[in-house]
Amino acid sequence: MFLMLQGRGFMSLILLIEQILNGLQFGIMLFLMAAGLTLIFGVMGLINLAHGSLYMIGAFCAAAVAGMTGSFLLGLIAALAGAALAGALVELVVIRRLYRKDHLDQVLATFALILIFSEGTRWIFGSFPLFLDVPDYLSGPITLPGGIQYPLYRLALIVIGLAVGLGLYLLISKTRLGVQIRAGENDREMIAALGIDIAKLYTIVFALGAALAGFAGALVGAIQSVQVGMGEPVLIMAFVVIVIGGIGSIKGALIGALLVGLTDTLGGIFLPEVMKLFFDPSTATSIGSSLASMAIYVLMAAVLVLKPAGLFGARA
Amino acid sequence: MKVMTMAATAVLALGLTSAQAEPVKVGMITTLSGGGAGLGIDVRDGFLLAVKQSGNSDIEVIVEDDQRKPDVAVQLADKMVQSDKVDVMTGIIWSNLAMAVIPSVTAQGKFYLSPNAGPSALAGKGCHPNYFNVAWQNDNLHEGAGAYANFADMKKSFILAPNYPAGKDALTGYKRFYKGDLAGEIYTKLGQTDYAAELAQIRASGADSVFFFLPGGMGISFLKQYKDSGIDLPVVGPAFSFDQGILQAVGDAALGVKNTSQWSKDIANETNKAFVESFQAEYGRLPSLYASQGFDTANLLLSAMAKADVSDADAFRAALEEADFRSTRGNFKFGPNHHPIQDIHVREVIKEGDVYTNKIIGTALTSHADAYWAECDM
Repeated sequence: MFLMLQGRGFMSLILLIEQILNGLQFGIMLFLMAAGLTLIFGVMGLINLAHGSLYMIGAFCAAAVAGMTGSFLLGLIAALAGAALAGALVELVVIRRLYRKDHLDQVLATFALILIFSEGTRWIFGSFPLFLDVPDYLSGPITLPGGIQYPLYRLALIVIGLAVGLGLYLLISKTRLGVQIRAGENDREMIAALGIDIAKLYTIVFALGAALAGFAGALVGAIQSVQVGMGEPVLIMAFVVIVIGGIGSIKGALIGALLVGLTDTLGGIFLPEVMKLFFDPSTATSIGSSLASMAIYVLMAAVLVLKPAGLFGARA
Repeated sequence: MKVMTMAATAVLALGLTSAQAEPVKVGMITTLSGGGAGLGIDVRDGFLLAVKQSGNSDIEVIVEDDQRKPDVAVQLADKMVQSDKVDVMTGIIWSNLAMAVIPSVTAQGKFYLSPNAGPSALAGKGCHPNYFNVAWQNDNLHEGAGAYANFADMKKSFILAPNYPAGKDALTGYKRFYKGDLAGEIYTKLGQTDYAAELAQIRASGADSVFFFLPGGMGISFLKQYKDSGIDLPVVGPAFSFDQGILQAVGDAALGVKNTSQWSKDIANETNKAFVESFQAEYGRLPSLYASQGFDTANLLLSAMAKADVSDADAFRAALEEADFRSTRGNFKFGPNHHPIQDIHVREVIKEGDVYTNKIIGTALTSHADAYWAECDM
C-alpha cells in the first residue's frame, strides 16, 4: 500500500499543487461572498440570509446581458450593477425596518426575501438553467512551470479575487468611506452624533456587499450552472467562513475563506486516499467522501473551541 | 394528420366514457419550485398533455409542489389521501422523496404510478402490488452506459456520482455491466458545483474514459469545467445530464457526448412523433425524457381506466399490468415487479440549427429488465 503511494510520488506532487490552486480559487470566490456578508453584519448588525439571492441575481444579470451582447465583460458589469441596484433597493424597502429588531426577525424577513427572489427570478427567466460560458480569451488550460496543466479561467479568478480583496483593503483603510465604515462597526451612536448620515452609509455598505456577491455569482456562473437556488449552498459556506474568520472582520473573511477552500478541496481528495489504507476501495471512497463533507464543519468547531470569537473577531 | 389524431382521440374518448362508471381522482406531487423544478414541470406538462388529448372528462388531476423536500411531500400525500380522497398518486421525481411517500400511500390501498424515481428498494424486497414504475428502475440507464462502454472498447473508466442512494445505484449499475478496469471511483457531495479537484484526479489517473451521473445543475457545472480543463477523454453518462432542459445551458461542452436513455425525441413511431409535435405546439419547447415519462404515465392510467373501474382494485391492477397503451418509447411492458422491460438506447448530443439535442446512434440493451425483480415477492 505504501509502495503504491510512493510509486505515484511524482504525479502526486503535481496533483497536490493543482489541488492547492483549486483550493485557493474556491477560497477566493468564497471570500467575495463572505466579505459582503461580514461587512453587513459588522456595520449594521444584520444577518442577511438573502445574500445568496444577490449572488444568483449577479449570475442571471451576467447570463442575460452576455447572451444579448455576446460580451462577457459587459455581463460582468451588468452583474455588478444589477446586484448593487437590487441590494440598494432591498435595503431601502425592507432591510431598513429591521435594524432595531432582533436577529430572529431579521432571519425571518431575509428568508422571505430568498423565496421572493427565487420565485421572481423563475417568473422572469423560467425554470430551466441559463447559459453563461467562459469567454474565448480565457478558456482552455495553460501549462504552468513544472508541466502543470491548469485552466486559465481559474487562474484569472484567483487574480481577480485578490485584486478585489486589495481594493477592499484600500477602500477600508485609506478612504473617508472606509473610516466611516470602521467607525460604524465600533460605535454606531457616536458616528451618528458626529453628523454622518448613517442611513446613507448603510445603503452604501449594503449595496457594496451585494455587488461583491453578484460579482462572485457572475464569475462562478461561467463555470457552473446559472439556475434558481444556486446561491444557497454558497451562503452556508460563507457563513462558515465568517464564523471561522470572526464576524465583522474582512481580514478574517479572507483567511477564513482560504482555510475553508483548502480544507474542503484537499479533504475531498486525501481523506478517501487515507481511508484506502484501512478499507477496501469502495468502502473507503464512501467513508472518505462522507468525512470530507464534514471537514469544514469540524474545522469550524475546532476554531470555535480555541477562539470563540473566531480567528480575528473582536466580539465574543 | 391532425384530423386523423383528432378522430382517433374522439374514438378513444368515446370508448373510455362508455366503460367509465365513476371519475378517477389523481394526486400529483412533484417538484415545481427550487433547483429541480424543471424536471417536475416537464413531468406535469407531459401528463396533462396526455389527459387533454384523451378528451376524457372522468379524470381529475390535483397538482401540488413538494419543493424537493421529503417532509413537504409526506404532508401533501397525507392530505391527498385523507381529505382529497384520491384514487391514484403520481409525480415524484426524487428517490429520497419517493421512499418517504410511496410505501405509505400503497399501504393505504392507493395506486402509485411513478413517472421518474425508481429506487432499488422498491423494485426488490420492498415491491408492492399497487406500485408501478413507468420510467425505469434507477440502475437501468447506468447499466446501459456500462454496456455501451464495453462496446466502445473502454478499458479504464473513471467513474463518479453524488454520495446519495441514487448515486450509489448509478455506480453499481455501471459496474454491473462494465467489464473493464476502474481508473478511479469517486462519490462527490450532493449539490456540489465545483469539480476542479475531481478533474485533477481524472487527469492524473491515466483513465481512458469518464462515466458520470450528476443530474441537473451538477452535470452542467461538471461538463463546462470538463471542457475548460482540457481533458480530452470520451465521456459517457445517463440521459439525466443531457436532457432537453439543460443542454442549452451546457452548450458546446456537451457536443458529441454519448448518453443512454429509454426515450429520445427521434424514436421512430407514430405515438412519439405526435407527442413531440403536440408538446412543442402546446408549450413552445422540445420535450425532455421527463416529459415523455409523464405522458406515458397518463396514457397508462387512461388505458387502465378504459378497462376497469378504479374502485375494483384487483381488476384495475390487472388492467395496469397489461400496459395496453402506446408508449412514446415503442416497446414497453411491465416485469413481474411492475417495473418496465424496455430498450435502452445510446444517444449522441448534436446541434440542430441553434438548438442542442440528442440523436439515437444505437441500442445498448434490448428488452432490458432490472436486476431486482427476482427478490420481489408479490
